Amino acid sequence: MTASTVTTQGSTPNILRNIWVWIKKVPPVYPIFLVIFITLGFLNPKGYQTMNGIMTYLRPASPLAVLAIGQMFVLALGGFDLSIGAVVTFVVLASSKFLANDPTNMVPNVLILLGLGVIVGLINGFVVSFLKVPSFITTLGMMMIVRGAALYYVGGAPKGYLTDNFRMFGRNYIMDVPFFTRIPYSFIVLLILTTIAFIVFHRTNWGRQILAMGDNVRAAGLSGVKLKFVRMMTFVFCSVFAVLGGIMVAGYGGVNVTIGEGMELNAIAACVIGGVLLGGGKANVIQVIFGAFTLQAIVNLLNQLGLPKPYTDAVQGLIIIGVVAYSALSTMKKR
Amino acid sequence: MATTTPSENWFKRMSRSSKIPPVYIFLIVVFLFTGLMDLIYSDGQMYTNPNIMLNIIVRSVALGIVAVGQTLVLIGASIDLSVAYTISITAVMSSYIMQGNNSNVPVALLGVFAIGIVIGLANGLVITKLRVNPFIATLGVGLVVKGIINATFSNYTGSVPKEFEWFGYGTLGPIPVSIIILLLVVTIGWFILARTKFGAHLYGVGGNSEVARLSGVRTDRVLIGAHVLCSVTAVLSGIFLVSLMRSGAPWVGPNGVYDLNSIATAVIGGTALSGGKGGVWGTLAGVLIFGVLATAFNQLGINPYMKNILQGVIIILAVASYTARSKKEAA
Repeated sequence: MTASTVTTQGSTPNILRNIWVWIKKVPPVYPIFLVIFITLGFLNPKGYQTMNGIMTYLRPASPLAVLAIGQMFVLALGGFDLSIGAVVTFVVLASSKFLANDPTNMVPNVLILLGLGVIVGLINGFVVSFLKVPSFITTLGMMMIVRGAALYYVGGAPKGYLTDNFRMFGRNYIMDVPFFTRIPYSFIVLLILTTIAFIVFHRTNWGRQILAMGDNVRAAGLSGVKLKFVRMMTFVFCSVFAVLGGIMVAGYGGVNVTIGEGMELNAIAACVIGGVLLGGGKANVIQVIFGAFTLQAIVNLLNQLGLPKPYTDAVQGLIIIGVVAYSALSTMKKR
Repeated sequence: MATTTPSENWFKRMSRSSKIPPVYIFLIVVFLFTGLMDLIYSDGQMYTNPNIMLNIIVRSVALGIVAVGQTLVLIGASIDLSVAYTISITAVMSSYIMQGNNSNVPVALLGVFAIGIVIGLANGLVITKLRVNPFIATLGVGLVVKGIINATFSNYTGSVPKEFEWFGYGTLGPIPVSIIILLLVVTIGWFILARTKFGAHLYGVGGNSEVARLSGVRTDRVLIGAHVLCSVTAVLSGIFLVSLMRSGAPWVGPNGVYDLNSIATAVIGGTALSGGKGGVWGTLAGVLIFGVLATAFNQLGINPYMKNILQGVIIILAVASYTARSKKEAA
């Protein structure tokens, strides 16, 4: 090995080095995702090497990705949003009552939920911007408020079921698509939302201002960013995405009082796997989506191995630490 | 700011020189207001019955002990989301080892403290050596501990001997033992922070880790130490809870939301999430606010879901009461 490197000290090492430099530039989330997904493919060829299986996997992965995108906006700003899990619970429980088992209520229901999402986001943003309460505490309080409000509204237990046209977004597939065989609605929703989020975050001033604020609030403020306005809009964006994610979760998971619990932490974990820096200043929409896909793949992998639920939790914890440590150490070396 | 202008009123001067965290004013306001509500809508016992006052503190003990540990970690600009599961594993393991037998108590205590120290070390090492963000690191360690508990226990396990319940129910004279334990833990926390080198280093690491490192502080060791101390307080909380419940259950930690609540109480008490600022006396006030609310909600017979809503509102207001005038941007 040493001999060959000594003899080939011509132009080839340069090319090799260039390739190596290029490889090192690849964000760690992609190799991690590939390794986990290929392992899944080996363990269950039918489930993860066919289009059919991959689409089944994408169905629950998409809502998580939507929640993670919303969370990413707030994390990029240097904040947290712990209220999105409660928002998901609220979406599910409030829909169960408001739909009143009547499919024609679907559109007004979605509009009202989106409106409530805007209000929750506005309050979060207002409290952080004007009352200067750290977002961790603001959204923790909001989590209690929204969850309490959801349970208060339905009286502690879900009322009725969710109509099929409401559940469509999270549960159904578009059948008989050439090549893909079938595509879950949730994935199409994810693609649309990803496009919106990508353009907003990477192609508009607003997105750059968010990152600038996450990097250094003072510098951003001095260079003319309207801090309070940008922050409020970011929290609104996150809450609206939480509502949209909640609608997809409702379709997939059905009515359940504890359905949203822990989702905020999952979304944050997905973001961090996707290379988002907690504390702000570094985030990428596509990487975050793959972070969410990786997290879902980890869950599926552990199910595939047939571990009982408790062990799944433990191993999931270890893998999340490992993945984040890997990406933390690999970004450390670059400096 | 060493010299105070004569125009400043004496109250401001007093409160600054005595270093009483401003949150105590909020605590008093909450107590007076809920007491007034109690007087109007219920039997008004919050003002008149000393037992209810004691009860407020007794309710706060479990949260208070672990919140002291959480305060230390937060001052070091870290966070510990694994405390709820540390409390659970302490509760089930201690009652499992004791099996209602007095002679097993020392073994059980040694065992749970060892577990706590291991969890704290794991948190600290993953954060400092693997450079994993503390939020994710402790979340992951918490998941691991949760998995281990749920794989082994699913219900009430074992029991504690009658004498052990003294921690939860005993009294020294008129004062419940639990209150003495809480005050002891808070005092120790204060002593560590204000009177030891470790405490000074911890503030340094939390304020600016790089500066602390360059001035010769072994930042990694300080953070690991803070995490071990935090896990130990979680173990103490677990021991207290199991002596109260007489038998350990795996859901005791997560059901009490000790992770997020301990963070909330510390921040209400004026500890900065970004580190380097805060103290345990403020945390004690934050814990007491929670205790007052729980008692008042009970007295007034408020709908359990409404309790949730009100608690969320009050957490935000409590922190806003001292941050609102700050000129710095929050994130």
